[in-house]
Amino acid sequence: MSAPLTELTLAKARDGLASGDFTSVELTQAHVEAIERARDLNAFITETPDLALERAAESDARRAKDATAGPMDGLPIAIKDLFCTEGVLTTAGSHILDGFIPPYESTVTATLRAGGAVMMGKANMDEFAMGSSNITSYYGAVKNPRGPKDGKDLVPGGSSGGSAASVAACLSLAATGTDTGGSIRQPASFSGIVGLKPTYGRCSRWGIVAFASSLDQAGPMTRTVHDAAIMLGVMAGHDPKDSTSVPMPVPDFEAALTGDIGGLRVGVPKEYRLDGMADEIDALWRQGIEWLEAAGAETVEVSLPHTQYALATYYIIAPAEASSNLARYDGVRFGLRVPGDTLDDMYKNTRGEGFGAEVRRRVLIGTYVLSAGYYDAYYLKAQKVRALIARDFTRAFENCDVILTPTAPSDAFAIGEKMDDPITMYLNDVFTVPSSLAGLPGISVPAGLSARGLPLGLQLIGRPFDEETVLRTAGALEAAAGFATKP
Amino acid sequence: MTYLIQGETGDWEVVIGLEVHAQAATAAKLFSGAATEFGSEPNSQVSFVDAAFPGMLPVLNGKCIEQAVRTGLGLNAEINLDSVFERKNYFYPDLPAGYQISQYQQPVVGEGKVTLDLADGRTKEVGIERLHLEQDAGKSLHDQDPRRTFVDLNRSGVPLMEIVSKPDIRGPEEAGAYLRKLRAIMRYLGTCDGNMEQGSLRCDVNVSVRQAGENTLRTRTEIKNVNSVRFVMQAIEQEAERQVGVYESGGEVVQETRLYDAGKGETRSMRAKEYAHDYRYFPDPDLLPLRLTPEYVEQIRATLPELPDQRKQRYMESYGLKPEDASVLVAEKEAAEYFEKVAEGRDGKTACNWVMTNLFSVLNKQGRSVTDSPISADKLGKLLDLMADGTISGRIAKDVFEIMADTGGDPAAIVEEKGLTQITDTSAIEAAVDTVIADNPGQAEEYKAGNQKVIGWFVGQIMKATQGKANPQQVNQMLRAKLSG
Repeated sequence: MSAPLTELTLAKARDGLASGDFTSVELTQAHVEAIERARDLNAFITETPDLALERAAESDARRAKDATAGPMDGLPIAIKDLFCTEGVLTTAGSHILDGFIPPYESTVTATLRAGGAVMMGKANMDEFAMGSSNITSYYGAVKNPRGPKDGKDLVPGGSSGGSAASVAACLSLAATGTDTGGSIRQPASFSGIVGLKPTYGRCSRWGIVAFASSLDQAGPMTRTVHDAAIMLGVMAGHDPKDSTSVPMPVPDFEAALTGDIGGLRVGVPKEYRLDGMADEIDALWRQGIEWLEAAGAETVEVSLPHTQYALATYYIIAPAEASSNLARYDGVRFGLRVPGDTLDDMYKNTRGEGFGAEVRRRVLIGTYVLSAGYYDAYYLKAQKVRALIARDFTRAFENCDVILTPTAPSDAFAIGEKMDDPITMYLNDVFTVPSSLAGLPGISVPAGLSARGLPLGLQLIGRPFDEETVLRTAGALEAAAGFATKP
Repeated sequence: MTYLIQGETGDWEVVIGLEVHAQAATAAKLFSGAATEFGSEPNSQVSFVDAAFPGMLPVLNGKCIEQAVRTGLGLNAEINLDSVFERKNYFYPDLPAGYQISQYQQPVVGEGKVTLDLADGRTKEVGIERLHLEQDAGKSLHDQDPRRTFVDLNRSGVPLMEIVSKPDIRGPEEAGAYLRKLRAIMRYLGTCDGNMEQGSLRCDVNVSVRQAGENTLRTRTEIKNVNSVRFVMQAIEQEAERQVGVYESGGEVVQETRLYDAGKGETRSMRAKEYAHDYRYFPDPDLLPLRLTPEYVEQIRATLPELPDQRKQRYMESYGLKPEDASVLVAEKEAAEYFEKVAEGRDGKTACNWVMTNLFSVLNKQGRSVTDSPISADKLGKLLDLMADGTISGRIAKDVFEIMADTGGDPAAIVEEKGLTQITDTSAIEAAVDTVIADNPGQAEEYKAGNQKVIGWFVGQIMKATQGKANPQQVNQMLRAKLSG
């Protein structure tokens, strides 16, 4: 092996383990050291090297007995700190979960663990997954491994910023992320990796700290499309403990990567060509269209007429659900408690100190839009618009098989930028939020570099539960782009 | 019979609506697998879902839906095939999630009706507005420690059926009859054990008053969490009189939540209005809308047992019972079943009399329920048989019954052992008759002179002489023959 073990893809590492080129303990040890060297990135809230090496040794033992647990047995990954992990501190990036060690394992991480994947630690993230830059974490900002640029450290995107940085900086072969309005795809674009948000209902939400229940979805963050297919295959599946998870068989996603997109109809939504869109984003999008056409696809213009209302709709529905989901952090049963003279004082003190500014803002927005007298004008109206946005996609997919858009409106910005006004930050999700509202699968594939030499992603959106077409098209895009995943 | 309050300015009518929280009879909670058993160690029946740990999700317990639909059908109510679980948001330490999952805009059961059986045999219909499913909260224990409040989450997530009546109830008696009827229906259905002491049936009472003849409703107050039929009736009486007093002294009734203090026999205002809640209801995104098929509802309908009203009708038709007697018998499923065992193959009216008069008074005296009656239905039936076939007289039967009540013994054995068998041997009776006539020539003359009533006196004497064992009919016949001869 010439390349360091940490630079392997999941697929190559799997093969290497299978052919005995190295052991899981060796592979894991290499990542333990990489994480130590890269502490400056602040990609992890909790590192679990001992646990990782222990599980790696177990994996090697299984392999020695020819009894591997699955395609990811022995492969080191990072887990976003939104997933509850049994016996390991789980913070959701928040002060309010101080000291919370779950006595249970989320379904997705349990499936990964049962499949032999080796958890390297809990990845940093925006507090309660609220943010697009990872600067709202109580545990501090994560630095994008592509930085610094012009003397400034860059954000990795968010909310799955630690996961993205870990994968991009080769601190883990892959990572779990969660995506509510773009939290897998946008950091994937900023960090030059692949990020897949599956169809809502494809992966269980059980054991994932809830942000917005009707939108939250776990997904893989990897260095290649092939790796995303491997990892999604392990993460996906029906879970009776999550009533919104869908009882559908999990296809063989790897088998979908035929590379053949001949005759595929790729939709290009005209409403995504925003006023004032950066030239380089527009250029990359056009480039993407050409690549897919060159690979045999046909492009068609489609219309998603309610796109302009998506962001406003999202910023009503997501905070509304969050305001209710976060009510359980009250200082009574777990996490932080800041005492007070009365019960109400204890609530105020705990939640005032325990939640950061962005979380408090969204809890306030959510409480407001659900309040008597405002419910119809905000929450109910937003639900109606959400239905219209979903209908837009249904109609568009009558004329195309997959939709191509940019992932984010810009490349990674510096830590501290876009902080003046929350709306500027919210605009990061302008291309990812509509498909989230419609519950559709979406992937960000690294496709090029900005003028500043920073990664830019393109997004592919598919029909419900058609991750296979999304992955196949993404594979073709990846091949054409020939993007160097390593900084 | 209308319940009216005589005020200084005239008669006042009371308008009442009840919200009953009935715990659905299920082994597991509404959205978790934790047990619902009463009286367990605090916090011993709590899953991570019930304690609202991060990432926990509710999964609907199908048994609760079945119980709600079954109850709805028992209340002659419309079953809504589409219903929605919503979140009712408020902060309290015994509400771990910070919201209660409940049904708000689309309950699983819509309008229905209940027929009340009033004491004088009349009936009255009370409308049901809706029935919805919701989670119970936990319990705050303020009396365990001088400075701290403890929380017991055993009840957190226990399934409740909230049954809301229309404001059709017009007085304490009707309110009591409504609660008893509702409880009877649910016990027949097996959907709620109706145990008010254990909190499986609780009641919020909405009360307003208006002057007799008024057609519009005045402001109501809500008396929260009253936990016995008697207290509900008392609370209504007290609150209605309070409201009349307020109006008659020139005041206005304020819409508020009140508490019934059974010790003081008064209602009083709960906390100030600063806690006016905005519950911010919205559909729970963790749960899909509940969609039932007509087939599912029909399957449940097909398994409905005979309900109190139908059973009452049957008792009136096949046993010839009076409506008020039939109502009393069917009010408790176990009593009705007991009665039927006694009545089967026997005279229904006699069975009814024995159950309602003799058995109920024994149970009352011994403080027992019909399910642990000292006299089994089987044995009471045998006692009735002994009377019917002339082995013992009605008077002896009462004595045997008293012995059975003390010992639980078999009536035939008691009769045998105590030698209480009725004398049907003609010669033995004849001897007694002859003796009594011979000893009382004066009375015998009176009879012959035309005083028929004296025959009763003779019967009494003969029964006394035979320790009640002579067959009264035979005695009667023989007396008449001899006295006339």
